[in-house]
Amino acid sequence: MAADLSTTHFELFGLPQSFEVDTEQLDSRYRELQRTVHPDRFANASDLERRISMQQATQINEGYQTLKDPLRRGRYLLELGGYQFDDEHRTTSDAAFLMEQMELRELLSEVREAEDAFAALGKIMDRIDGDAAILVAELQRLFAEAVPGASGQIADALTKMQFFRKLQQEALELEVTLEDEIG
Amino acid sequence: MALLQISEPGESTAPHQHQLAVGIDLGTTNSLVASVRSGIAETLPNAEGVHLLPSVVHYSAENEAVVGQAALTFAQTDPLNTIASVKRLMGRGVDDVKQAGGYLPYEFVPGSSGMPLLHTAAGDVSPVEVSAEILRELRIRAEQTLGGELQGVVVTVPAYFDDAQRQATKDAARLAGLNVLRLLNEPTAAAVAYGLDKGSEGVIAVYDLGGGTFDISILRLNKGVFEVLSTAGDTALGGDDMDRLVADWLMQQAGIDAAADHGRQRHVLQLARAAKEALSAEEVTDITVSRDDGSAWSGSLSRDDFNSLIAPLVEKTLGPCRRALRDAGIRAAGVQSVVMVGGSTRVPLVRDRIAEFFAAEPQVDLDPDKVVAIGAAIQADILAGNKPDDDMLLLDVIPLSLGLETMGGLTEKVIHRNTTIPTARAQEFTTFKDGQTAMSVHVVQGERELVDDCRSLARFELRDIPPMVAGAARIRVTFQVDADGLLNVTAEEQTQGVTSSIEVKPSYGLGDNEIESMLRDSMEYAAVDRDARRLREEQVEADRVLEALQSALAADGDQLLDAQERSVIDAAAAALAEQRNGTDYRTIKQAIKVVEKASSGYVERRMNSSIRDAMAGHSVDEFES
Repeated sequence: MAADLSTTHFELFGLPQSFEVDTEQLDSRYRELQRTVHPDRFANASDLERRISMQQATQINEGYQTLKDPLRRGRYLLELGGYQFDDEHRTTSDAAFLMEQMELRELLSEVREAEDAFAALGKIMDRIDGDAAILVAELQRLFAEAVPGASGQIADALTKMQFFRKLQQEALELEVTLEDEIG
Repeated sequence: MALLQISEPGESTAPHQHQLAVGIDLGTTNSLVASVRSGIAETLPNAEGVHLLPSVVHYSAENEAVVGQAALTFAQTDPLNTIASVKRLMGRGVDDVKQAGGYLPYEFVPGSSGMPLLHTAAGDVSPVEVSAEILRELRIRAEQTLGGELQGVVVTVPAYFDDAQRQATKDAARLAGLNVLRLLNEPTAAAVAYGLDKGSEGVIAVYDLGGGTFDISILRLNKGVFEVLSTAGDTALGGDDMDRLVADWLMQQAGIDAAADHGRQRHVLQLARAAKEALSAEEVTDITVSRDDGSAWSGSLSRDDFNSLIAPLVEKTLGPCRRALRDAGIRAAGVQSVVMVGGSTRVPLVRDRIAEFFAAEPQVDLDPDKVVAIGAAIQADILAGNKPDDDMLLLDVIPLSLGLETMGGLTEKVIHRNTTIPTARAQEFTTFKDGQTAMSVHVVQGERELVDDCRSLARFELRDIPPMVAGAARIRVTFQVDADGLLNVTAEEQTQGVTSSIEVKPSYGLGDNEIESMLRDSMEYAAVDRDARRLREEQVEADRVLEALQSALAADGDQLLDAQERSVIDAAAAALAEQRNGTDYRTIKQAIKVVEKASSGYVERRMNSSIRDAMAGHSVDEFES
């Protein structure tokens, strides 16, 4: 049986439903909630209580991760508003953005040839992080303005964010691969 | 609050009874057991006053296995039957072992479940069984010192251990007759031991270089909550490798062939270790290596030369440090202090390099060998219910991503590394043939793109899928990772609500049946004892369930239950109370299940209401100003 907590992550954490999240509040609410339900609080309890405690702790972790991460938070907010994502066929038509993606990908593929591969990779990662931060600021603006019908625009920004997330993931995988190779 | 009363049943049954609980550091080279006594966490020595138990087991045809220092004396004379560094084999497959084979001079035979067995004079033994011998030795030491049966233990594992390695460790503990309260990550235990909960706030790094494993963890401390932000490491890198490098150098100097017999190699390895240890305090150390023909090589090794030998190894630990920082979203300068754990952090080069990397003076106040066991003991004391008012909480992460094999041998990540546990994620699959009724799923762990580069955790078959046209079935596979970092997989066909039968076969582990049969075989679980023990366990569990239920009902039964619901619960409880005094553990177990089923809705309602209570002080309005 699924745990029936409050309906939204925002309600669970007692926070207003908004893209702007007070991270300090979020963090402290998170700790308070985990203190209440974490399985370690039920080390000697019955199997049933332990199982429910694990489900609830899982749900609180899920809510925390969603609200903490701008990409997931943004998607979640749109979904709460009834917006439907079509992940299979989503892309962006922003040519400049796509060009930059290609360039970053090319840089990643050339990392191996660099004299210090880790330093080169670190630089690319910093650049991706920087670009992603600019997108978050853009999302903040779009959500704050709350223009009716802006969902499409927000979804587009979130899709771009997803592209960066994928690049970040690939960069991390490359780092692990490089480490394995020198080991 | 009311909810916490349920979580402390030990408290309510006997308010002043101290539960015996220990923390165990099951190390590659040495193991330790620690407990909180009179409010102080300390490691427990053996009768001779020695705290460290060498993680070595000696097997012979005639006698029972010998553990520790006594086993170590056989290392040179009987190397094949003297098992050391078994931690490196935990949860590993035959192929992994071959890779490590050069380091571990044992005879391996493949076991039934893909797990390698070690061939000894006492028969073939699994790494899990060898570890269980070490744990049993520590259990006996603890029970003799503390004067009673242990109620529970916290066993530590490297943070970077994957699911198979964790499961193997937990299996070993079960085999040793221990009740595992929690598998705790070693760096987290160290952070607890440093008492960093007391007053200290902010971000810390724990650098843990043991005999055979390396871990780095970044933690944020806030009001007694230890939140692991990220962890990285290498489960096959440690002080043993330094010894190996020095030994190679010594063999070269002394002109000993690399193919020398096991006994000779052990001899040189021991000299190498002694030299390493001496060079932590001295600038130069003299070494004499004896050759097979009775002649000897004498020479010296300076700290500078030693440093150049091991420098690549120390550098290798910095990669994971960088990765952990990046995953935590923290710069090296954002780390307030670095805690050093593991015997290998005594090496001056390690300390210097880490101080430089984090630009912070490493903390070395506590004995790096004991700090993990002490932290585990503190956690065990709390989990056993001895400190109901302590609000310390440890939030750990999963060290390596969990994924599934997809078309073309690629990995699809389902749960990413450094996700806080417990966590769960569901993934949907469909059939690709008309009328398809089965599907095979391969679960892997690791960061690499290709399945072959990741660790295979389990393969299972989804069966009994209702026949439909291709693509119509919707099978939901759920990954649940618990607070110990252990994975559980379930599957359900969504369109018709059929729960498909799934059989998870660990790739390199023991099935539940194998563990049961090992338990049956082991001497101390003779049939009569086993039934008596089970009966006692079920009676304790019955009391626990009834106590918790009564105190909950007294607190809020009237508010949360209507008369009908209440009578169902009361009837189940009354039946359990009666069965509890019987002599068949199965009947008691059944009665417990009935109570749990009857009260599950109620327990859930209570938990939800306690969550609302926790948030009650904060209304949404207070932030909208």
